[in-house]
Amino acid sequence: MSRSRLGARLTPYLLVLPGWLWLVVFFVVPTFVMLSVSTQTGDIVSGFQQTFHWRTYVDGWNQYHTQFIRSIVYGLITTLLCLVIAYPVAYWIAFRGGAHKSSLLFLILLPFFVSFVIRTQSWNFILSDNGMLLSALKNWGLVSQDFHILATAPAVIGGLTYNFLPFMVLPIYVGLERLDPALLEAAADLYGSKTATFRKVVLPLSMPGVFAGVLLTFVPAAADYVNAAILGGARTTMIGNVIQTEYFTNLDYPKASALSFILMAALLLGVFAYARVLGTEDVLDVAAR
Amino acid sequence: MDVVKTPQQAAVTVEPPPGEPVPAIELVKIAKTFSSRRGIVTAVDAIDLVIGEGEFFSLLGPSGCGKTTTLRMIGGFEEPTEGQILLYGDDVVGVPPNHRDVNMVFQSYALFPHMSVFENVAFGLRRKAVSKAETKARVGDMLDLVQLDGKSDRRPRELSGGQQQRVALARALVNRPRALLLDEPLAALDLKLRQAMQLELKRIQREVGITFVFVTHDQNEALTMSDRLVVMNAGRIEQLGSPREVYEHPRTRFVAGFIGTSNLITGRVRAMDGSTALLEAAADECLVVPEAASAGAGVGRDLDVTVRPEKIVISEDRPGSGRCAIRGRVAEVVYLGTSTQYAVATAGGTELSVFVQNASDADDIAGRGADVWLSWRPDHSLALVTTQPAPAESRSDLSGGNQ
Repeated sequence: MSRSRLGARLTPYLLVLPGWLWLVVFFVVPTFVMLSVSTQTGDIVSGFQQTFHWRTYVDGWNQYHTQFIRSIVYGLITTLLCLVIAYPVAYWIAFRGGAHKSSLLFLILLPFFVSFVIRTQSWNFILSDNGMLLSALKNWGLVSQDFHILATAPAVIGGLTYNFLPFMVLPIYVGLERLDPALLEAAADLYGSKTATFRKVVLPLSMPGVFAGVLLTFVPAAADYVNAAILGGARTTMIGNVIQTEYFTNLDYPKASALSFILMAALLLGVFAYARVLGTEDVLDVAAR
Repeated sequence: MDVVKTPQQAAVTVEPPPGEPVPAIELVKIAKTFSSRRGIVTAVDAIDLVIGEGEFFSLLGPSGCGKTTTLRMIGGFEEPTEGQILLYGDDVVGVPPNHRDVNMVFQSYALFPHMSVFENVAFGLRRKAVSKAETKARVGDMLDLVQLDGKSDRRPRELSGGQQQRVALARALVNRPRALLLDEPLAALDLKLRQAMQLELKRIQREVGITFVFVTHDQNEALTMSDRLVVMNAGRIEQLGSPREVYEHPRTRFVAGFIGTSNLITGRVRAMDGSTALLEAAADECLVVPEAASAGAGVGRDLDVTVRPEKIVISEDRPGSGRCAIRGRVAEVVYLGTSTQYAVATAGGTELSVFVQNASDADDIAGRGADVWLSWRPDHSLALVTTQPAPAESRSDLSGGNQ
């Protein structure tokens, strides 16, 4: 085989090589290291030994299942709220945005230009017990003096919804934007009312966008710890906060790793089940069209 | 047809003259203007049109001539700026598409990609709450008619272009509309398939007996399929007639140029004999144009004349009297299989196209550079009406396009 033909055959592999290397070094290796750490025993002073102590997983679940379930529930509520808010926004920009589509999308993305933590911290200032909102309301006598927002579940879920909303808007917008306007005309031509056209044509064809938006919102929202740390309290702790505490404060690396694995497994299972139920094959087909 | 009638639809009813059938579609002075950044664009300029029941009627013209806008106004996708659209006598202006008893076949087909062929075709019937059994029967019949039986579970993307086109047709026809609107439905098909579908469409139209309004920029398509057609240009109607009338007797320079290959000769009128004009030519040449008076010919004025390329005969010697005859030199010879096309430059500086059938007894008539005579029967010289120049305010608008 001539040199140039060999080169031509190798080119695609050479092109994906950096990507694979990156994945191996920064994802595959750490994952195995973490798996190994999760079954070790010992402490930070005398060192950790590999003892295949799978018991840590059971202990972790028994100790923190409340936080696990809370994370999933918060993630689900956040995803639902994002969907309810984002769909009309995306629809409006896609169909009514006209010449301003790009500007409106830019406005959706604008918060990303400020750090995630800073933005959440700003909500802390606004919502705190003596912050600008509550002190005003209390002065006017609209709420009682011991009313508070921070450290409640709505504060954490509100923060999550606010922070992850663009991840829902963008994929739905993309799905709606590429909808052929002739399909809407065809539905109207075939005696479809506005409602019927939406239910039978627009909504089903926007499902790939919704599917992507749900994944992009649910997974990071359920694993988030910043919102619970800044806007939440003792009774709104999420599993992300627990892992952070186990790792950085208690220095219990095996437990932190085991909890991370349980979270990862739960999210993966959830995503696969969700894809099954929605019939991704079909969804992806429509998306690939 | 149990479509919900809106108050507007019932309000204006034009009584037909007794004894005459109500036309399926009547356009009364409809006009459409769009505002754009470059000002107001006139897409359709006060058109009057009457389309009879069961007719295969074509709107033919170049892109931007207003034909698609006209069709979309009939369908309810655009509202006219002025004028009335009567559907069997009822003014439907202001009635939304889902309450208009006409259906459309879209240029891109606009099939619902997430539905099977059956669901696509049943869409309209389901919206009209037709019973399940009847829907099934009617969709089945319609798929038979368009020869897609057995494909009802397929998705549109699993079908070929021609099959998708049939689904679009079935989806519209299954509703038994009072008129079917077709927006360049064959444009996306390749030549062979397009020709087959032309005959197929014609057959289906005969079988269902529904009025078809067909938009196309392809003159062959319009000539092949239509009972009658209009040639449109710059938002106006240039000519209305049967395919034969429009082809054999183009009325304007635009129609002569747009339909078929046309030769255009412009000459000064030397004399008039009744309505026949005699054009200036060399002493032994002869250019006679019958029925020129109605086209506005007058002594001393320029007249546009057209002759179809297949009507012209090429000869070495001067043909006998009684024929139009001019001299020319062969500039190009193109062999086309069944015929040969000659380009002949005349003394007057125009170039005329001539088609000669390659019959079994035909020899090569003339080569490049040969001096020849071109002749034809005087009644094949057609005087053309010069289109009135458009009024100043709308002339600059015509480049806007509207498709």
